[in-house]
Amino acid sequence: MEQEMLSTREVYGKTLVKIGTRWEKVVVLDADLSKSTQSVMFAREYPQRFFNVGISEADMMGTAAGLAASGFIPFASTFGVFATGRVYDQIRNSIAYTGLNVKIVASHTGLSVGEDGASHQTLEDIALMRVLPNMMVVVPADGRQTEQAVEALASYKGPAYLRLNRPKVPTVIPGDMPFELGKAQILEAGKDLVFVATGTMVSAALEAAREMGKEGVKAAVVNVHTIKPFDEALLIQVAEQAGAVVVAEEHSIIGGLGSTVAEVLGESCPLPMLRVGVRDKFGESGSPQDLLEKYGLTAAKLVSAGKTVLSKKNR
Amino acid sequence: MQVLSPTALDELNLKSKKLRRDIVTMLHQAGSGHPGGSLSVLDILVVLYYKVMRIDPENFQDPERDRFVLSKGHACPALYAVLADRGFFPSEHLSTLRKLGSCLQGHPDMRKTPGIEMSTGSLGQGLSAANGMALAAGLENSDRRVYVIMGDGETQEGQIWEAAMTSSHYRLDNLTAFLDANELQIDGWCKDVKGLEPLAEKWKAFGWHVLEVDGHDYAALLEAVQKAHSVKGLPTIIIAHTVKGKGVSFMENQADWHGKAPGKDDFEKALAELTD
Repeated sequence: MEQEMLSTREVYGKTLVKIGTRWEKVVVLDADLSKSTQSVMFAREYPQRFFNVGISEADMMGTAAGLAASGFIPFASTFGVFATGRVYDQIRNSIAYTGLNVKIVASHTGLSVGEDGASHQTLEDIALMRVLPNMMVVVPADGRQTEQAVEALASYKGPAYLRLNRPKVPTVIPGDMPFELGKAQILEAGKDLVFVATGTMVSAALEAAREMGKEGVKAAVVNVHTIKPFDEALLIQVAEQAGAVVVAEEHSIIGGLGSTVAEVLGESCPLPMLRVGVRDKFGESGSPQDLLEKYGLTAAKLVSAGKTVLSKKNR
Repeated sequence: MQVLSPTALDELNLKSKKLRRDIVTMLHQAGSGHPGGSLSVLDILVVLYYKVMRIDPENFQDPERDRFVLSKGHACPALYAVLADRGFFPSEHLSTLRKLGSCLQGHPDMRKTPGIEMSTGSLGQGLSAANGMALAAGLENSDRRVYVIMGDGETQEGQIWEAAMTSSHYRLDNLTAFLDANELQIDGWCKDVKGLEPLAEKWKAFGWHVLEVDGHDYAALLEAVQKAHSVKGLPTIIIAHTVKGKGVSFMENQADWHGKAPGKDDFEKALAELTD
């Protein structure tokens, strides 16, 4: 069966229109990238509630804070690099510290931005956002989950960062699986090791688990769509059962999901683990597929990491 | 148009003297903080909080209240003194400024202090937030207004100019900005650190209605605010020429008093100058 492919940013645009219809307090801001982030869909439907502030992301974050302080629910969208590092102090002081109800939505994150190259490939955004008190960090695994996440964030009161992607991604989460912010999802059960993945790497993790299954290894797959607050209880339960963990993310191995998992395991139940992600490097131009290959963000890489942790576990 | 009677002027003069005493007292008790900018900005706050703004300390979260953002957050002792005097919180809190557990943080915290509408302190961010509040009022067809005070040195921050373009692009005539133009910043005179002139022309070029007044002249400030209210389709900035450290002779026009609390001797001297 052909796998459904959806663009998370396109789903974002459509879902904005949907929640815009439902809640009149939803407003959307963009910084001259509305056609890329797809917030333009909301702009067409609700021009009065859409504010393009031009190429000034710092101002966009502050304006969103002011709207939130007046009871509105602003979604502020731009590319990942401009939505985080570029405006870090604005997010820190005007949004996180104030606890204002601003949703920051980053459309082009990770290596899969592709040809634009390193200047536009944010591999540190999860780390930057995760360290801010009050900030929720959400990374949907596929298109349908993006819809669920946007809807859930519209009802959640508080600052949040939503990480989306440029290319289409396969639908990997079963349609009947419940979604709750802050609750990780067990996609596959398995007693030998566990793949803990987020975002685009969830489908690679599922593929890796299938591959290892052919060799008789039962690998669990956990989707962490909410990196903060992190579902520690579920991780500890699954990790203790399996005794070995591989973390996968389209992000630096420093500060993101890999670090989160290491922090929790290190304090609660140290066991063999490996982080698969970009190894403290900037990206470069190339097709998304070529980049993911070159930087080791593939199912094959996860399989070899899986074998390594298994050998450590059995030592 | 509201005009200040001689009696009203006398009252404001007395009030501001009392508030200046509160400011130097708080700073002395705190042992740190920013007297220079607090004393320069005070008279603008006095006009806003006693003569202009639609606010109710008893119901400080009324959605229809006017909003105020102190973008130059380090001048918060002046705002705290005014808020306490207007009854937003008991005056006893003033002596807890900057101390552990206090509702009066070193820089404004909207989550801790009744009457603070936006947390500020990292310079350059207040105008953007004020724009958001002004857009919100527009979306709700409310006649509430938004006021923001920036420091002149603060306008060296790039975000101010991003926000200035947003205000004029969205024709935010419900927004009135003030520039507390005391011409000094931490490292010295603004013109020596990084020149700001021509200030009025810059704001005009960014699409603003610009007024210039003596920032310690209540009648002039009030008249300027009323003019701002009558202008349609443009945001207004009132460039208020002020004296850093105003009211305490040895602090006036001294960059050194930007971020230094008065010790016992200086405090007593200041208090004597501020007492009739």
